[in-house]
Amino acid sequence: MDEFILIFRHEDGTKVASPEQIQVWMKQTMDWIGGIAAQNKFSMGIGLPFDDARVVKHNSVVTNGPFGDIKETIGGFIIVKANSVDEAVEFAKGCPVLQGDGNSVEVRKVGRKDGVH
Amino acid sequence: MEQQELIPHLFRTEYRKIVSVLCKHFGPGQIETAEDIASDTFYTAAQTWPLRGLPPNPVAWLYNVAKNKARNQVQRHHLFNSKIAPGLKNDALSSIEMDIDLSEKNINDSQLQMMFAICHPAIPPEAQIGLALRILCGFGIEEIADAFLSNKETINKRLFRAKEKLRLEKLPIEFPPPAAIHERLETVLTTLYLLFNEGYYSESNDSVIRAELCVEAMRLTYLLIENEPTNLPQVNALFSLMCFHSSRLESRKNSHGEIVLYQDQDETLWNNELITKGAYYLRLASQGDTLSKYHLEASIAYWHTQKTDSAEKWETILQLYNRLLQLEYSPMAALNRTYALSKVYATQEDALIGKKAAITEAKKLNLAGNCLYHSLLAELYNEIDIEKAISHLQTAITLAKTQADKNMLSKKLVAYRQIARIW
Repeated sequence: MDEFILIFRHEDGTKVASPEQIQVWMKQTMDWIGGIAAQNKFSMGIGLPFDDARVVKHNSVVTNGPFGDIKETIGGFIIVKANSVDEAVEFAKGCPVLQGDGNSVEVRKVGRKDGVH
Repeated sequence: MEQQELIPHLFRTEYRKIVSVLCKHFGPGQIETAEDIASDTFYTAAQTWPLRGLPPNPVAWLYNVAKNKARNQVQRHHLFNSKIAPGLKNDALSSIEMDIDLSEKNINDSQLQMMFAICHPAIPPEAQIGLALRILCGFGIEEIADAFLSNKETINKRLFRAKEKLRLEKLPIEFPPPAAIHERLETVLTTLYLLFNEGYYSESNDSVIRAELCVEAMRLTYLLIENEPTNLPQVNALFSLMCFHSSRLESRKNSHGEIVLYQDQDETLWNNELITKGAYYLRLASQGDTLSKYHLEASIAYWHTQKTDSAEKWETILQLYNRLLQLEYSPMAALNRTYALSKVYATQEDALIGKKAAITEAKKLNLAGNCLYHSLLAELYNEIDIEKAISHLQTAITLAKTQADKNMLSKKLVAYRQIARIW
């Protein structure tokens, strides 16, 4: 079984959601992850809040947040266990982030630590 | 207490103390010597008390006799010279005059240290529980065999191998160093958790043994709470979990030894004192930022003490299972999560939508060889497709491990067939 990382990409990281809306998303995300974990296919996950985000550029230029001049912002990721990329894609289809128009989930295979991949 | 009841009672409470103290005194390689002396002490009590009457302080009497027997043992077998002397460096004479410390403090310390020695990662989990039952709970081989649904021979072999391991690996009977306490404590807690489950979920029909296993596991966990360095949030959480579960012990099985499902339990049989105690220790466990699986399981158990269905109850239980599964997968948690999911939909939308959503989720679980999986699907299908419900129930019956479970499921099957006829 391989590991795949599911990266949540938000089209616009500057959008501010209401606390109620955030709570609904949190619940949906927890249910989605819980469903994957119930199949024993969940490895780990990390949420990346948009607060306290900086971009460090060439010549030590630091800007607030990865927003504005780049098109997509990463909101977090989870790593799942799957037999194939297709199975991982099926998991990704359930991700609540996809309810946002323009958002996407990038599915990438995690390199094995065997020195080959 | 009558004399014939007193000796078994004292055996349960004092045997482990004597064994732990002696074992610590003699060293980990001498568990059997310590056990022999402790057993022999009770044998002497059983022979002399009926004839000469009960001593004024039976416990002190036992300690004294055990001390004397230990001293004689050393003298008679020259144990000291052959086995212990190379390890100690004192002269032989002082050992014969040895002072075995049976103070309350040393008894408690020895038991805790014994717990850490028995739950050493080098000893396989099954053997750890066996040893804990034998040495820390004073269970007889037959009782252990009964609890494990095994035979005496297998248990004897298992215990022998575990003791060999203690001896060969020279596992010390002492507290782990402070830096290692967290890590080692995890194994101890796992063993106590399994010990408790052994009682709670035991397939043994002897209800007395089941209850005693639970009580013993709680007593040992409480020792860790009373001991400052191990009085940690996860220990309190485990104790809280045990309190909540024990509160339902009475109502979980009917007089025929059959499991009574949660929704069919008579909540007037639930023990409120234990529920209150569970809530108290859960509050203590919530101090600090540790979140162990015991915290999550205790919180789930707390919500189950609220019998009334509410959206909040099932939503919270679902979220707790979501987190529990992320920490540690188990088929049981996966199935319970799916059941909680159906209840969430049932309280928010309607029961049928909930059941349909849960069926979709259940089918992804890959647990077709699990009896509970099929009984869950039967439950979810019963209002949607009774033929499918019946077929899952039949599979569940063939997969059930105990007669009591088969009986419970067969009763349900009869009820389902009646529904099918009405349709």
